[in-house]
Amino acid sequence: MSAAVGISRRRFIIDSAVAGGGLAVGLSLPGAVMAVPAAAGASSASALGGSFGATAPGAEVTVWVVVQPDDHCVIRIARTEMGQGTLTGLAQLVAEELECDWAKVKTEFPTPGQSLARKRAWGEMGTGGSRGIRMSEDYVRRGGAAARIMLLQAAATRLGVPGAELAVERGVIRHAASGRSLRYGEVCEAAARLDVPDPRSITLKKPADWKIAGKPLKRLDTAPKLDGSKKFALDLELPGMLYAAIKDCPVFGGKVVSFDETALASRKGVKRVVRVGDTAVAVVADSWWRARSALAALPIVWDEAGFGNRSSATIDALLKDGLDTPNAFVYRNEGDAPAAIAGAVKRIDADYATPFLAHATMEPMNATARVTADRAEAWVPTQNGEGSHASLAEATGLPLDRCEIYKCDPGGGFGRRGGNQDYVRQAALIAKQFPGVPVKLIWSREEDMAHDFYRPISQCRLSAGLDEKGQLAGLQVRLSGQSINAFINPGSVADGRDERQLQGWFEKPGDAQLGYTVPNLRIEYAMRNSHVPVGPWRGVNTNQNGVYMECFMEEVARAAGADPWQFRRRLMANHPKHLAVLDAAAERAGWGKPLPAGVHRGIAQFMGYGSYSAAVAEVSIGTDGHVKVHRLVFALNCGHAVNPHQIAAQVEGSVAYGLSATFYGECTVENGRMVQSNFHDYPIMRMAEMPPVETIVMPSNDFWGGVGEPTICVVGPAVLNAIFAATGRPVRSLPLRKYNLA
Amino acid sequence: MARLNVNGKLRTVEVEADTPLLWVIREQLGLTGTKYGCGVAQCGACSVHMNGELRRSCSIPVGTVKASDRITTIEGLSRNASHPVQKAWAEIDVPQCGYCQSGQIMAAAALLARNKRPTDADIDAAMTNICRCGTYQRVRAAIKLAAGGVKVAGGAL
Ligand code: FES
Ligand code: FES
Repeated sequence: MSAAVGISRRRFIIDSAVAGGGLAVGLSLPGAVMAVPAAAGASSASALGGSFGATAPGAEVTVWVVVQPDDHCVIRIARTEMGQGTLTGLAQLVAEELECDWAKVKTEFPTPGQSLARKRAWGEMGTGGSRGIRMSEDYVRRGGAAARIMLLQAAATRLGVPGAELAVERGVIRHAASGRSLRYGEVCEAAARLDVPDPRSITLKKPADWKIAGKPLKRLDTAPKLDGSKKFALDLELPGMLYAAIKDCPVFGGKVVSFDETALASRKGVKRVVRVGDTAVAVVADSWWRARSALAALPIVWDEAGFGNRSSATIDALLKDGLDTPNAFVYRNEGDAPAAIAGAVKRIDADYATPFLAHATMEPMNATARVTADRAEAWVPTQNGEGSHASLAEATGLPLDRCEIYKCDPGGGFGRRGGNQDYVRQAALIAKQFPGVPVKLIWSREEDMAHDFYRPISQCRLSAGLDEKGQLAGLQVRLSGQSINAFINPGSVADGRDERQLQGWFEKPGDAQLGYTVPNLRIEYAMRNSHVPVGPWRGVNTNQNGVYMECFMEEVARAAGADPWQFRRRLMANHPKHLAVLDAAAERAGWGKPLPAGVHRGIAQFMGYGSYSAAVAEVSIGTDGHVKVHRLVFALNCGHAVNPHQIAAQVEGSVAYGLSATFYGECTVENGRMVQSNFHDYPIMRMAEMPPVETIVMPSNDFWGGVGEPTICVVGPAVLNAIFAATGRPVRSLPLRKYNLA
Repeated sequence: MARLNVNGKLRTVEVEADTPLLWVIREQLGLTGTKYGCGVAQCGACSVHMNGELRRSCSIPVGTVKASDRITTIEGLSRNASHPVQKAWAEIDVPQCGYCQSGQIMAAAALLARNKRPTDADIDAAMTNICRCGTYQRVRAAIKLAAGGVKVAGGAL
């Protein structure tokens, strides 16, 4: 019932947009001009597929803020909300400066087409690398502050008093001397007609004065997640829609040779079998289940392009070669590490390895597209709306301004739905063959496991030398493995000088700096690329490198006969922020205090995605080898804490993601393809294995760091170091399920 | 053809008998709150109640369902999200992306229907749904809250 009302209101807006000569004019309020060409104005999407884009009625005061006559403030969110809480956090930052009533805040997502038409007025849409808040906080806060200034100015004019005599709280502007007041909704139209002040002239509030930002507020987007009413892209229904199931050549790099459509002749509801580019086949039917079961029965001949003999064993040999080769990219070379290690009183050497990992977002890859000769639209669960837009344009051959993307909140992203928009391309290529008909492409879980952009596989050889006092005299690190940059843009790292794979060992501060000072240090990378596609993955590179560095540091500390916390501390005097989180976690966990019999502690610290993380784990191992994590304590300095409640949720989430990787996660290759196909052979941690997590959020308020990814890099090492403490043996290769700890 | 009793309404659908109940619920009945996650009874995203029992609908061929079987989906769990589990979920702010949450809520509601005061071990045994976002700690806290527990800072541990 209410949905129908919503749709007809949408239709009214669209009609007025058309009447307005190609501009969407929200409720025809002056000043609320949305310079959105009707062609990009989401007409069919809004009318048929729910509410998408910047379409809320009201007065657009700044590009970030629409104020409605009933005082509701619609805050525009350009980044993707995929569970990480960015929507709420960004709204808090805007609302803080806007001084509006938090209870009257609503949000909407501008579309990539609207962004294009308005010359990227909302900045970057891509959401990855834990950048959603830290890379847009400044301009969104200024957008909120500018709107406040304009609303106050409009009120001052209306009341005929100097602006300086006005005060605002929760969207109510008061003139103390006269006792008069105006609500935001009463002055929004006038405010929207004013010039937007120069953002650089605005002084933002200090975090100490925050009333909305920095507070553990509840998320704005919870209600529809409780009753099944939230529409994910997978849930989209459009009139006349067809459904597609797809199979891409299981061998990466292979192609379709042929398929036998006649085998599906007797199947009900099947419309057609189509080729999707050179590599995939899709069955299109009147329901997804019919499409999927028909696809399973379709004989397809593949050309494996010579990759059918690749396996985990051949890839392992490739990586081993990268450990041994004299020719590597030397990224850091301070002092003379080889000599210091050769001349050390005690020497420690170890080889570590981590596997390919799939993202396995709970919502499998999917996208709906409708393509005509002159227009293309797609409904996409995307971390990168502009990337989806570009993919749609490329796949259809239509210019960007004839394409539109309706962003749907993804059911998990973790890096899978960002730079690689393969599923959008596929949906477009399929829909192109059914002009004007919306086609929903859904990947089966099996397809999702078979065609990911996996966390890069790597191995790491570490060597350390201790001097006569048991101090770390030299450290040498050789990383060998796949490069994300090489997969995305091979030319960019043709010489193998790819610093990105060394995240966590950076010399420069700010992003992923190594927190230790070692007198003789050498960090090297040997790029070794297999035929398996790789990509970002929650905390990528810092989570593999965190295991290598922090588990090895544990080996070195134990070889020195030192306490692992104190041993690290001695190397960290030049890195006070790294040290502060390490100390905070150790102290909260009660490091050094007695534990119940059989329970052991492990500690780790590492930096990634602009933030400092440390963790302490408490672990026991049963006589059957079963590892139980009893407690995890985290300390995180993410610079500014916009919503401590959601930050804690992200830390908890990183535990589930990180422990799944530590205990179970492994994608292996046989016959050129992935072996694992679903959650039975790619297990994910469940409730019973989830330890209680305590999170200390300790912002130092002098930088902006990420939240979604940083802590995952200490989850595995803290637990593995506790296992080391329990067994006396290091774990050097993941996942743990390969070990018998009994 | 199958006759189904879903959320108190009798519905007739034209589908092959081997079609999983999940896809009938989603595609024929248009109730999309029940999700597809794995299709092989591993993840619980497709959880519904059948005659009061928790079931993974992706692994039930619709041909095996009788018209007398009472099926409840997330949409039919309560009016206005008023079930104690849904209220506790809102209070604790459990969901992240939300995709698994229909299934988590249906599983928790089934648990509390047969066990008014579940222990941690009961929760561990009953709640086997996968959440890739990792909301487990808050799911546990919300179940305890729904069972009459008190909310503590950082979740009802
Ligand atoms: S979809 Fe049914 S258990 Fe995963
Ligand atoms: S909330 Fe995202 S999978 Fe559970």
